Amino acid sequence: MTQPSREAIQTLVTQCLQEILNQRGTELSAPLTADTPMFGTGGLLDSIGIVTMIVDVEQTIAAEFNATVSLADDRAMSQRNSPYRSISALTDYILGQLSEGA
Amino acid sequence: MNPTQSVMLITGTRKGIGKFLVEYYTQRGYLVEGCSRETPDWTCQGYHHHCTDVADEAGVQAMMNDIRKRQGRLDILINNAGIASMNHCLLTPIATAERIFRTNFIGSFLLLRESAKLMKKNRYGRIVNMGTVATPMKLEGESMYAASKAAVVNMTQVLAHELAPFGVTCNVVGPTPIETDLIRGVPKQKIQAILDRLAVKRLGHFEDVTNVIDFFIRPESDYITGQVVYLGGV
Repeated sequence: MTQPSREAIQTLVTQCLQEILNQRGTELSAPLTADTPMFGTGGLLDSIGIVTMIVDVEQTIAAEFNATVSLADDRAMSQRNSPYRSISALTDYILGQLSEGA
Repeated sequence: MNPTQSVMLITGTRKGIGKFLVEYYTQRGYLVEGCSRETPDWTCQGYHHHCTDVADEAGVQAMMNDIRKRQGRLDILINNAGIASMNHCLLTPIATAERIFRTNFIGSFLLLRESAKLMKKNRYGRIVNMGTVATPMKLEGESMYAASKAAVVNMTQVLAHELAPFGVTCNVVGPTPIETDLIRGVPKQKIQAILDRLAVKRLGHFEDVTNVIDFFIRPESDYITGQVVYLGGV
């Protein structure tokens, strides 16, 4: 498998987040950026929201890139700098997983 | 939701009640997917079989990917696969204890987790797990089997809460002894002793089980979750 580009993963993560926010009727005060807080202090998603986000991203990566990533393993949950804190952080975490599995 | 379009996954379909469930639900218009470790010696129109061990994470994920690609959805999971081993606890090898828990508990969890991911897409799902009357009856000689199913009951009740926001219900049906391979090796007097403790003193029938499953999986049962129905009047 060819490693997807950072841009492709970041777009995928942004689209998943946007879709969840649309479904939930969450209104944004400013457009989404790579550093918009996603989960945690001031984040857009609550606990059910982040569960939905993780599963959606895993499934979309499986469908689009035929790759399996596990974004909810113990390592991710216990990282001091949570990979769920922003689109950028989650993108980095996914790229790390994909390169480990390559 | 039109039941004729519903996609159902049943585990442990090679024989016994799993095989009956395949026949019963394909006849009622469901698109039925199923699995067992070995290939069944029968075929059924409207049924697609996967050779998958429910306790093998990669195998279960591959099966779910295949269902997602071919069917695009999953509406119902019946976690039927299960094994038993009757023995005194002092004579129960650790390998037996681990094998029972891997299939009955870990297998149910894996199927449940991966199915709920697919169900979440449509914000609709019905999950039915198999329990047993051995749990509330505290049957001697069935410590591992009864405990593994007790774990399934508790997991179901917790997951009923966790999955409710996604429109997915989780319930348990707990059959009495039914004439299947699972009890074939159990002495007749042992079975009779169990039946004597039931309100309705007879062996269960497959139809007793589908009667409860039919209730749990109805679209109208969206307010029924985290429940355990034991048969026979335990």
